Amino acid sequence: MLEYIDKIKEISTRLLTEKKVDIIIGFRKGTLPMSNEPCFAKNAEDIKSFVWDSNCGINLANYLPNRKEKIGIIAKGCDSRNIVTHIIENKIKRDQLVIIGVPCKGMIDRKKISDMFEKEITEVTEKQGKITVKGNGVEKTIEKSKVLQENCAICIHRNPVIYDELAAEKVEEQKNVDRYEDVRKVEAMTPEDKWKYFDNLLENCIRCYACRNACPLCYCPTCFVDEAKPQWVGKSQDPTDTRTFHFLRAFHCAGRCTDCGACVRACPMGINVRAFTKKLEKDCFELFNWEAGLSMDERPPLDTFKPTDPDEFIK
Amino acid sequence: MKVIKIDKKKWAEGLNKLRAAYQLIGPVKKDTYHDFQVLDKDQLPDFDFLNTRMSPKSIAFPQSEVMLQYSLDEAKEDHHIMKEVQKDASPRAVFGIRPCDAKALMLVKLNFDTSDYKDPYWIQAYEASTLIGMACDNPSSTCFCTSTGCGPYNEEGLDVLMVDIGDHYLAKIISKKGEELLEKAGWKTSADDPSLIEKKKSQSEAKITSAVETKNLKDKTILDLYEAPFWEDISFSCLNCGTCTYVCPTCWCFDIQDEAHGKKGVRMRNWDSCMFPLFTLHTTGHNPRETKVHRVRQRFMHKLKYFMDKYDKGIMCVGCGRCIRLCPVNIDIRTVCDKMNNFKASC
Amino acid sequence: MINPYVPYPVRIDDIQIATEDKSLKTFKFVFLNKSDEEKFAYKAGQFAELSIPGKGEIPIGIASSPVEKGFVMFTVFKAGVVTSHLHNMKVGDIMGIRGPLGNWYPWDILEGKNIFIIGGGFAFTTLRSSIVYMLDPANRKKFGTIDVVYGARTPGMLLYKDELIAWGKRDDIRMHLTIDREAPDWKYHVGMGPNIAEKVGPKGDDNTYAIACGPPIMIKFTLPVLEKLGFSHDHIILSLENRMKCGIGMCGRCNIGKELVCKDGPVFTLAEINQTPREY
Repeated sequence: MLEYIDKIKEISTRLLTEKKVDIIIGFRKGTLPMSNEPCFAKNAEDIKSFVWDSNCGINLANYLPNRKEKIGIIAKGCDSRNIVTHIIENKIKRDQLVIIGVPCKGMIDRKKISDMFEKEITEVTEKQGKITVKGNGVEKTIEKSKVLQENCAICIHRNPVIYDELAAEKVEEQKNVDRYEDVRKVEAMTPEDKWKYFDNLLENCIRCYACRNACPLCYCPTCFVDEAKPQWVGKSQDPTDTRTFHFLRAFHCAGRCTDCGACVRACPMGINVRAFTKKLEKDCFELFNWEAGLSMDERPPLDTFKPTDPDEFIK
Repeated sequence: MKVIKIDKKKWAEGLNKLRAAYQLIGPVKKDTYHDFQVLDKDQLPDFDFLNTRMSPKSIAFPQSEVMLQYSLDEAKEDHHIMKEVQKDASPRAVFGIRPCDAKALMLVKLNFDTSDYKDPYWIQAYEASTLIGMACDNPSSTCFCTSTGCGPYNEEGLDVLMVDIGDHYLAKIISKKGEELLEKAGWKTSADDPSLIEKKKSQSEAKITSAVETKNLKDKTILDLYEAPFWEDISFSCLNCGTCTYVCPTCWCFDIQDEAHGKKGVRMRNWDSCMFPLFTLHTTGHNPRETKVHRVRQRFMHKLKYFMDKYDKGIMCVGCGRCIRLCPVNIDIRTVCDKMNNFKASC
Repeated sequence: MINPYVPYPVRIDDIQIATEDKSLKTFKFVFLNKSDEEKFAYKAGQFAELSIPGKGEIPIGIASSPVEKGFVMFTVFKAGVVTSHLHNMKVGDIMGIRGPLGNWYPWDILEGKNIFIIGGGFAFTTLRSSIVYMLDPANRKKFGTIDVVYGARTPGMLLYKDELIAWGKRDDIRMHLTIDREAPDWKYHVGMGPNIAEKVGPKGDDNTYAIACGPPIMIKFTLPVLEKLGFSHDHIILSLENRMKCGIGMCGRCNIGKELVCKDGPVFTLAEINQTPREY
């Protein structure tokens, strides 16, 4: 995947010099291992700092809503699905965008890797599907496939679904993936155990809203937790308020979530925020045979009514 | 100042003696990180950490805290009259606080303890605490305390500075409060070689290679820095989440909220963040810090310029590196500080 | 240690509708504990947090004057959660007042000077406090000429109308009332405040200070007028508003640059404001 960068830079430079776009949204190298920073380039000089590797897990579609200029954007499979969702939801116009599609082989989970080492990690490099981690006298090489973000490990849409340019040949999609093993485990719990599970999950939440703000779907001008008239949710650390935030946010994402993993990646407290969104993603798949962001021609299931919609829940 | 030698074999015994007089608070390992918490009976603080995930600012400034209470029941004589909630002001001993975090408390004190107003909640909790620092011998790559007017053995804000010497600790007494605590624990043996502390201090300081340059900040005007061209680039990736402000040991901003259930109500304060649009939103809908650029600029200008100009106590950052490590998009205060410090206004 | 977050308990003593559209009401409060009134000693230009248990607090300029005893008065625009609730409260209800907060118009500097007051809309509250203070028999001789330009959309939107008319009949203050458009029986100026200020305002000099309070748009057009009249920036005094919570300089949200509007302000000279980011 590292070799993509030359092509990404070439396309980006061309788009800017030919004035096809005003800015290009991509990644530059971060100051810490395993952390690239989203950035924009306005000229060929800026493009030089662009990078591409397995640390580009942040969903760049999040940077699109309400922008007015012509934008080039680098998009993995999941980013492209969120771009589709943005277009359907009128947050950006298709003709404003030049999408540089990047077939993706998965992003690495920096928390998982950090947790594997007692000492601080100071350098992480990758080569041919292997990740080499260094830090304070320790050096270890791991298979990349073992340290993928969970959502990447079960991803079945690695290739961009919408693009104008491609940075590489398409990759083979993963087959026979069990996408919902974790959800089924929770579904099988007794109500008491479920309650305990979610309580534990949210125990460390500091209400920083990094999950919400990293999510391309969460673009409401005023989030329900920030409403003052009426104030729906308290602002303290009361567990009821924290739960209300997470549950409602997940429901707002139902039928729209692409399981891009941005929320989990962003959480500074290491909360598996996907535990909420994924159940709804599964429901949408099973009830409506729906996966978000695959088509520009179809409205999301919660946007539409069909006489054939499942209605067993109305009793 | 006096230095006491604490044999590690006597450590648990001393702590147990202290439990009668103090509530003990210390770093505890949870899952894969450390955080401060009240120690259970027989529980020992765990010092095998670089630094805790959340800062110990919450010792005096909890994320949510009840300030006042009242009754809305008109049958009661004192209905609708707001009363101060009495807090537990009994002594507490905080072990394992890093020198950077202790210095941070001194900076926060400038906000809560002023000549005009005293914040009783912060001051009471702060004064009830005896802070026993643990010098830092293995700083992280994101530590830059030596360039923020602090350091891995810095004593400001501490009552005792402890240094790990292997089979024993050296405990440097910094204040009367600290001396009393050591006495109560029964740790009385004077150290044979207090100079070890100085030696270890220089070794540790040498390990800190990350730094910020701040010397030019003072001479730049607020408006020049405010209007500098780099803010759009710096703020682009920012999600405007509250992570950096919540994990920062020096961020003190808060919101005040009333919460009433039935006929009873409280007024409480919760941490707030300059990253949130709601922080400055007027009732009219006008927002003086309307955009992400405004808000990101506010955070860095406050830490690195406004604070410096207002208090003349350096920058409002102790170099603990938490915001760097936990920022979801890798915005690095060191990079921003250097940009501000090196900025030359064009005119 | 005095807890600055605990409001003084007060009883609503009087409520008057202040404008014809009923969007403003004037509340008079009396302190439940007589001694609190002394503790609440204030100067014209300061504000206080009106504190409603269960709802929250709202910073409002003090409209009564230090020379008026036995009550404190606030004129409140119905806008958000707290003010909407306050508008529904009744005489006799109990609530709290926290303050006085912030700085005040610089009365030590203003002594011996001519004063030019420009007010607009419902931002006339602390200006009323100031005028009543200056016109008090014990104080009037401390000041030179007093000119007041006060404008509102319609006659019914002017605050404290009876007092305005009474002041208009005095010879120790020059009142220049104005409304945006002609209205029946209106015998004063017609036109925007800044335009009237330009016509009737005193010339700016070392001995003359201007105090301007009003909506942002009025301030925007008033400043060039004052400059034209010859007022230097350190002789133009403004009172700023920002979202506030604590009112005592601790909660961190109301700053403009290093200045906290709640504690270092709300009163600033234009010269001071020019040194800060325009984040208000």
